[in-house]
Amino acid sequence: MAVDEKQLTEDILRLAATDVRRCMQCGRCSANCPEGFKMDLLPHRVMWDLNSGHASELLEADAPWQCLSCMACEERCPRGVSPARVMEALRLLQIRQQGNNKLPAESVEHYPSDMPQQLLVAAFRKYNK
Amino acid sequence: MQKIGVFVCWCGSNIAGTVDVAQVVEAVRQIPDVAYAIDYKYMCSEQGQELIRKAVADYKLDRIVVCSCSPRMHEATFRKCAEGVGINPYMVEIANIREQCSWVLKDKAEATAKAIKLAKAAIAKVRFNGALKPGESQVVKRALVIGGGIAGIQTALDIAEAGYKVDIVEKEPTIGGRMAQLDKIFPTLDCSACILTPKMVDAANHENITLYTYSEVESVSGFVGNFDVTIRKKARSVKADMCSGCGICTEKCPSRKTPSEFDMGLKNRGAIYIPFAQAIPKVPVIDREACIKFKTGKCGICSKLCPAGAIDYTQTDELITEKYGAIVLATGFKTISLDKFGEYGYGASKDVITSLELERLTNAAGPTEGHLVCPSTGKEPKKVIIVSCVGSRDVSGRGKSYCSKICCMYNAKHAMYIREKYPDVDVTVFYIDVRTPGKGFDEFQRRAVEEYGVHYVRGQVGKVVVDGDGRLTVFVSDLNSGRKLMLNPDLVVLATAVQPSPDARKLATMLTASIDNDDFYVEAHPKLRPVESPTAGIFLSGMCQGPKDIPETVSQAGAAAVKVVGLLAKDKLLTNPCTAQCDTSICSGCLACTHVCPYGAITGESKPVITKLGVRETRTVAVVNNALCQGCGACTVACPCGAMDLQGFTNQQILAEVDALC
Repeated sequence: MAVDEKQLTEDILRLAATDVRRCMQCGRCSANCPEGFKMDLLPHRVMWDLNSGHASELLEADAPWQCLSCMACEERCPRGVSPARVMEALRLLQIRQQGNNKLPAESVEHYPSDMPQQLLVAAFRKYNK
Repeated sequence: MQKIGVFVCWCGSNIAGTVDVAQVVEAVRQIPDVAYAIDYKYMCSEQGQELIRKAVADYKLDRIVVCSCSPRMHEATFRKCAEGVGINPYMVEIANIREQCSWVLKDKAEATAKAIKLAKAAIAKVRFNGALKPGESQVVKRALVIGGGIAGIQTALDIAEAGYKVDIVEKEPTIGGRMAQLDKIFPTLDCSACILTPKMVDAANHENITLYTYSEVESVSGFVGNFDVTIRKKARSVKADMCSGCGICTEKCPSRKTPSEFDMGLKNRGAIYIPFAQAIPKVPVIDREACIKFKTGKCGICSKLCPAGAIDYTQTDELITEKYGAIVLATGFKTISLDKFGEYGYGASKDVITSLELERLTNAAGPTEGHLVCPSTGKEPKKVIIVSCVGSRDVSGRGKSYCSKICCMYNAKHAMYIREKYPDVDVTVFYIDVRTPGKGFDEFQRRAVEEYGVHYVRGQVGKVVVDGDGRLTVFVSDLNSGRKLMLNPDLVVLATAVQPSPDARKLATMLTASIDNDDFYVEAHPKLRPVESPTAGIFLSGMCQGPKDIPETVSQAGAAAVKVVGLLAKDKLLTNPCTAQCDTSICSGCLACTHVCPYGAITGESKPVITKLGVRETRTVAVVNNALCQGCGACTVACPCGAMDLQGFTNQQILAEVDALC
């Protein structure tokens, strides 16, 4: 089934609760991102894809998993946008896409060792209720 | 019986697109006394006005209601039209069905219903309109220009050339302003001082211009044509008429710890100083907070050395009062504080500088005599990074939401002249957008890239990290390639956002001139009256109205001067007849009105009066000076017994409007 880009964009924006349309593509988020060197898509590019109707590509992206949620992008954005919150929304959607995915506690040791701890804690909180 | 004519304007589709004008006409025709009603596409056009004139003749109309745009736009037009056919201009009422109706509503039925209500209210009011006659007031043939930068100087020169007296008040010890600090200026790269200083001299020598430097406006009262202004001439501690400007005092002053404001803190100055060599007047001033004599009582070296005996430690501030017909605001700008932008390393490293500091570093008369060096080491840089939009286009609350407009061009200029003088220095400009509209401007920026080899990379710098050795690392993303970069320049230049001078707000309050959220003065109309403040008699020139470069500032300065001359050329001004009137028969003499009147137009006087009961007595009542009253209506609200009434907006008229609405 073809992805409804418009619906997907709306879902991401609703989860992220940040006004991505304010983005003027200055790139300060990417410049400040400490993990940007490892990202397949830099934060400004993620904002661009959302604003230009290419949200589905973001569901395949690895960048959200590199994000540390350090919030430097949000802190320094001159337009008051929070790319970090979009990254979190993308992580959520990517997980939901996988279907039933309760996180079994015993699987923690198999997770990549460089996985951000904050991410792990957030995921447990959300999926183990 | 009254004969009211109602004219409903379409304003093209501005009104007719949302309001069913035919239905408005139909509705008002039902109202008693409405002798004629019609709609027309453009009521303000010659054909539209002809329609009004013809209807007045055919139907013997004595009152007119025009349902159209805001009275601010065309009330004068329709009043003049009425006067042309023998109706008193104050028998015209405007129902604003554009700004207050069609522009703010989407639903046609709702907008039509509101337009009908507004029309009915205006008709209810016009029934009580009376014929009013404007008075006359004199125009003082002298102008005041506040601010002695290029904007103020040019405005003053143009007014003076037209034959009128003009005074410039400048708070700094010299005129010249920001332009005096600049090195070369775009788009021709000519030397700023070479074109500014002759103008400064012209202003100083012009028989019609008086300079008040190191002075500030203390208070303003009065109104268009008749402003009373008090100017505080701060104590220079140097007698200007005796000083020869030799400068020996400034050289020998032992206090050397004060950063020079003119050199953006890159050099220290003495406590007694002349901001720069071409300063006008070339008379030093003692900074009393830095002066050893004022602080400890000992020293006095300047006084001992002065060959003219011009030093006067006992000088006090002088207050000058003068009358002016017009006032021009030309208060200029400053760059924003970078305190909230810690990530750029400004303050953490001396080698992170603002663009204005770079101007001083490259200026032949600057602290390094024009040698571009890193302030920390005194060595020439090998790699320079210029960061655009520092604090501009920033809605996060740290910076300014607007584009500072001048930076893209001066970035190109800086990059170009660094490359010209030091071809080995690598210069990169990091930008979000390059905005270079203007004659020859885009060509100028392209020349920087194509002929001077300046690198332009799209991407805003994220942060500048200063390590223990003072080495700079710039973190930035090249957005076109998607590469993340870490660069080690020797010098980082921040194109810092501009903001109005901090005095703008204070002066706006004094002059009742409007300012916007960023403290820029607001123009009377953004397109059609760009150099006038909404307050009559106040004009705007230069950066204080909005970011602009030198060519634009000079154009605006000339435009403001023409407006001032147009005002001063009149012998008399018609005053607004819509002034307050006191009904002495019911005035209790409490004089609450005198306390709220912002123009000092009301006084209490003992007068013989006849009360409502027919008793004759002499008591204190309020008396309005119609020449001073501006018709704001504050007194009518304050009056507890309803004795104060504003002509043209009487209590009876306003209540009739309210009754028609609900």
